[in-house]
Amino acid sequence: MTTVETASPRLPLAVDKLGVLIAAVAAVAAFMPFAAFRANRIVLGEAKGIFAALPGWEATLLVLVLLAGMAIAITKVPTLWRLATSLVVVALLFVAVGQAGTYLTPPGDRIARVSPGGGFWLLVFAFALLAADAITRLKLKPWRRIAVLAAVAAFFAILLASGTLNDLSILREYFNRGETFWREAQTHLELALGSLVAATVAGIPIGILCYRSDALRAPVLNVLNAIQTIPSIALFGLLIAPLAWVAANVPGAALLGVAGVGAAPAMVALFAYSLLPVVANTVVGLQGVPPAADDAARGMGMTDWQRLVQVQFPLAFPVILTGIRIVLVQNIGLATIAALIGGGGFGVFVFQGVTQTAMDLVLLGAVPTVALAFAAAVVLDAAVELVSPREIPRD
Amino acid sequence: MIEIEALTKDYLALTVVDHVSLTVADGEIAVVVGTSGSGKTTLLRMINRLIEPTSGSVRIDGEDTRALPAFELRRRIGYAIQGHGLFPHRTVGQNIATVPSLLGWDRARIDRRVDELLELFQLPPGEFRDRMPSELSGGQQQRVGVARALAAEPKLLLMDEPFGALDPIIRAKAQSDLLAIQKRFGTTIVLVTHDMEEAIHLGDRIAVMDKGQLLQYAPPAEIIARPATPFVAELIGTGERPFRLLSLTRVRELVEPGPAQGAPISPDATLRDAYAEMLWTGRDILPVVDATGASLGRIRRDDIAHRAERPQ
Repeated sequence: MTTVETASPRLPLAVDKLGVLIAAVAAVAAFMPFAAFRANRIVLGEAKGIFAALPGWEATLLVLVLLAGMAIAITKVPTLWRLATSLVVVALLFVAVGQAGTYLTPPGDRIARVSPGGGFWLLVFAFALLAADAITRLKLKPWRRIAVLAAVAAFFAILLASGTLNDLSILREYFNRGETFWREAQTHLELALGSLVAATVAGIPIGILCYRSDALRAPVLNVLNAIQTIPSIALFGLLIAPLAWVAANVPGAALLGVAGVGAAPAMVALFAYSLLPVVANTVVGLQGVPPAADDAARGMGMTDWQRLVQVQFPLAFPVILTGIRIVLVQNIGLATIAALIGGGGFGVFVFQGVTQTAMDLVLLGAVPTVALAFAAAVVLDAAVELVSPREIPRD
Repeated sequence: MIEIEALTKDYLALTVVDHVSLTVADGEIAVVVGTSGSGKTTLLRMINRLIEPTSGSVRIDGEDTRALPAFELRRRIGYAIQGHGLFPHRTVGQNIATVPSLLGWDRARIDRRVDELLELFQLPPGEFRDRMPSELSGGQQQRVGVARALAAEPKLLLMDEPFGALDPIIRAKAQSDLLAIQKRFGTTIVLVTHDMEEAIHLGDRIAVMDKGQLLQYAPPAEIIARPATPFVAELIGTGERPFRLLSLTRVRELVEPGPAQGAPISPDATLRDAYAEMLWTGRDILPVVDATGASLGRIRRDDIAHRAERPQ
């Protein structure tokens, strides 16, 4: 692998502009509360700086690592170094915040809560940004990006399994409802992926019909557009009445799980939101098929079906997959709202947390949702790139 | 043999192709030439039923084209278009294999045919078979487009402005390649172009179309000598007529014994090339020497000039 150097002359003290910004953010963050201590889960927190949150030598070590990270961010070192440095700093930040949890919690205290503070989150943000910037500059191939994602996921899995973070509030909340957590995780994935599969199965044929029929295209896309503009909470609510009616009046519907509240309306709402990106991208993808290739396919004697399967669909597929990526990321986030109408998912923790003013519980729902959406975005972006035709400049 | 009879296409009140009849003999190249909107492309697309005629008929070797489902008819007819129309998601080899695959040829036969065609078009199979179309130059893409059209050994090849997107140097090469390949396979070709130069260079017969009507269908020499209408004459260009006439004849036909001075000319050059060379170098006589270096004699300016006169 080669790193691409910028064309600017190499001065002995060349400075990276984004790095300066990142270092400035990190410097400010270092003076903000690194962790917050609360005697129980709902009282106001007591902010702790780095030196208050960690034993002396650990705090010193963390500060030295942060300084080194900032120095590397500022100077123009090879991009691979920047990536390695930023990943190491982020990893150490998580270990340190876990240590802070252990250090700040009085021995044997099951009620006291230690949560990561604003300074910690801002530091993570700064160095994650540095990592993201390095990954962009390295122009990593799709498989390598997935490998980086897998490595990061593996790191967090090991970190969680090792118990390093066990004294943090969010994990305290997790240990209080371990089984519920995994059940809701499963529900969340079923809602997001189930609606995605349904929208793909229905949306691609609808998109093909819309592409072929001028009369159909505008009305269908307008209806789907209108659905997108309905606020999600309203849509979830609006579906309660009609689905309750269906459950009560259509034989067998109730047996299939159709009901006014619960997973059914959530699934229907997510499906409705998912249709527009899938249908619209199918239409746009098919419209982007080079007319000459389409004409040649017909002129050489492909039947309509062969032309669709062998030429139009493969050429439209990267665009359709982009639509699926939008839907998946959107649904992982939107599925949180399903909890409002008894549909389950990570939203259960978010809404419980809000009503109990327990921010740790909100995080227990929010953090996995964000992590899942992020991972889905990385994986599907890579997939889109893998199926897209190679662009090679000619002449 | 293709027999087109009273072929007509109406779009509502507009007649795009109006009772066109013409016959193309086996192994001939018929070039349909006309301005844009003349109906020439519509005429071509009615032959393989990409456009269904309003009335009239097309018979290929005596069989009405409506006797078959359109897609089966098209698999028997080669089809090459402007901008090549290669499938960007398939390799060069897969592109060429399109029609043989549709016809269900076995793998080994398809592979052999693909390599044979690549060789024929001077694209070494080892190097080009697995490339993507986007990795080729414009001229190479066009050659693959024609190779793909010829893959299933069609007796008839339809070409819609196949060289329209090429620069002049590559176009001349593509045209002479096409003539060589046509000679080798004996394929009957119907080619559409707006370029009279190309029509005269390639065509055994030229069909001139305007506003949906066939104005004249004749060999190039006759089109040049006796344009049927003022429009045909205009398309040829009155100032160009003698030179177009010269471009139809090879030096070989006017060679006479005798000595001559200076740089020689090839017997396969056209009289037009020879005349240009004479004007440029201020000579009245050129030696004629073939590719092996053997002297065939000489060619004289007066003889050439005589050939440029309007035929009686």
